[in-house]
Amino acid sequence: MSAALEPAHPPRGPGDRLTGLFWRRPWVLLALLLAPPLLWLGVVYVGSLVALLWQSFYSIDEFSGMVVPELTLKTYAELLRPSNADVILRTATMAAAVTLASAVLAFPIAYYAARYAKGRWKAAFYLGVMLPLWSSYLVKVYAWKLILAKEGIVTWAFEGLGAGNLLNAVLAIPVIGGNSLSTSYMGTFLVFLYVWLPFMILPMQASLERVPATMLEASSDLGARPGQTFRHVILPLAMPGVIAGSIFTFSLTLGDYIIPQIVGSSRLFIGQAVYTLQGTAGNIPLAAAFAVVPILIMLVYLAVARRLGAFDAL
Amino acid sequence: MHSDRAPLMLKVAAVAGLAFLHLPILLIFLYAFTTEERTYQFPPPGLTLKWFGVAWERPDIWPPLYLSLKVAAISTALALVLGTLAAAAMARARFFGRDSISLLVILPIALPGIITGMSLRSAFAIADIPFSTLTIVLGHATFCVVIVYNNAVARFRRLGGSMLEASADLGANGFQTFRFVILPNLGSALLAGGMLAFALSFDEVIVTTFTAGQQSTLPIWMLNELVRPRQRPVTNVVAIVVFAATFVPILIAYTLTRGGADTAGGGK
Repeated sequence: MSAALEPAHPPRGPGDRLTGLFWRRPWVLLALLLAPPLLWLGVVYVGSLVALLWQSFYSIDEFSGMVVPELTLKTYAELLRPSNADVILRTATMAAAVTLASAVLAFPIAYYAARYAKGRWKAAFYLGVMLPLWSSYLVKVYAWKLILAKEGIVTWAFEGLGAGNLLNAVLAIPVIGGNSLSTSYMGTFLVFLYVWLPFMILPMQASLERVPATMLEASSDLGARPGQTFRHVILPLAMPGVIAGSIFTFSLTLGDYIIPQIVGSSRLFIGQAVYTLQGTAGNIPLAAAFAVVPILIMLVYLAVARRLGAFDAL
Repeated sequence: MHSDRAPLMLKVAAVAGLAFLHLPILLIFLYAFTTEERTYQFPPPGLTLKWFGVAWERPDIWPPLYLSLKVAAISTALALVLGTLAAAAMARARFFGRDSISLLVILPIALPGIITGMSLRSAFAIADIPFSTLTIVLGHATFCVVIVYNNAVARFRRLGGSMLEASADLGANGFQTFRFVILPNLGSALLAGGMLAFALSFDEVIVTTFTAGQQSTLPIWMLNELVRPRQRPVTNVVAIVVFAATFVPILIAYTLTRGGADTAGGGK
């Protein structure tokens, strides 16, 4: 075999000799290519994740406030205290609400773009979703602070329509209401929905593009009303995209701390708890334990999604 | 026949959804011209151009801007090298552990930023590493690798093996093939990936707050202004700059990779 592959000319320099080596032993080239990125990700990223886990098993000395570098489960036990458990429950509820709402809102956009938009319109829809996805996160959050402020455009619009009382009535609802939209859970919810919506649209559109139009025609030929076609044909086939999108919206909401800090009530979300604990409070172990929670929730979420067969069609 | 025209309701809902995604940004532009600097009063009581001048004169804006540009440039450069290497390896061979490696590359962007941030913070605390520009770059480069990787791997796949074999058959060694065949074909994908990585780094705030210590990048400056506003319209002027700095690269990246299955930015 090797005789047949003998080069037609003798090697001319180190470049040729190395090429010969790579040809005879492909794994050398592979190792050389992979080593730098793997070293970087392995040391910087995985190393840090291990450090995070490790820190979460440390605890803090209640009297001196110093970190005690001994492994213990004490810090995790603290997560179960009612005030901390509330933070986790609140964040998970918000993540679920945001995910559901973005699935509902994303569907018409994704379906129209996948099935009806052609040529220029298709490009316009793609860019129309991509640009908000990529444009500055902080600018988007800031825009909503302007919109939801008490003296801002929403209040102005409601009053202009003579519906100022309606807005006040909505804000008077306990728990989700508040002084103004920008200091209520409703406001937080709207901003989350806005910022993560494109993450739901794109995978949903991708899975809807794979639904054959003939199948929809067959469904209506067999006498299904549009609602039935949606329920029994489109929705099951679009489900992998919905699940993929929900993984983004759910996990991003779980880990965010800027949005509830800028727009929302003063009650904490997981991200805020992590941020304040590692910063001013100096309780890095508890902050680390809090940061492990979204990882665990996402692992359970992914396991359930896999159980439901969400990845089969991906 | 199942009509090829969309039902009116669907069309309205789709367009309304797109409007919902775009209209809020316009307000940022409007408020940069308002004469009211203490509240977010709508409609603005008057319009003025003075905030652009005021922002230009504010000395506290420039150092964060320079730091952001520096971090984005270094992180993008690192990501271009690491991402391309990883993509080249993953595209050319099937080997043991390949799936784990592709998961490892995606992970920094799949997990919420706060986990990346808090992980790095924990590692710095354990290893006693002081905060510096380098610590910011460590975080940014890690998630920028994914962006370059995604763009490069798609292009490698399209490139296929036959062209490389043809190059070798014509007597080119590996380095010549890289220089004259791979690089020209990969160029626009790398440029697109680099643009996106730059935009992502320039705009990043969640990981940065954990890795910056007392330093201030432009997004951190903005965040501070959001929490404790001083001259609110100045924040809008800076927001417009940040918006443009992320908007222009993504448009260029889109144009560079248009038409392929690997259109840039499909996964952020």
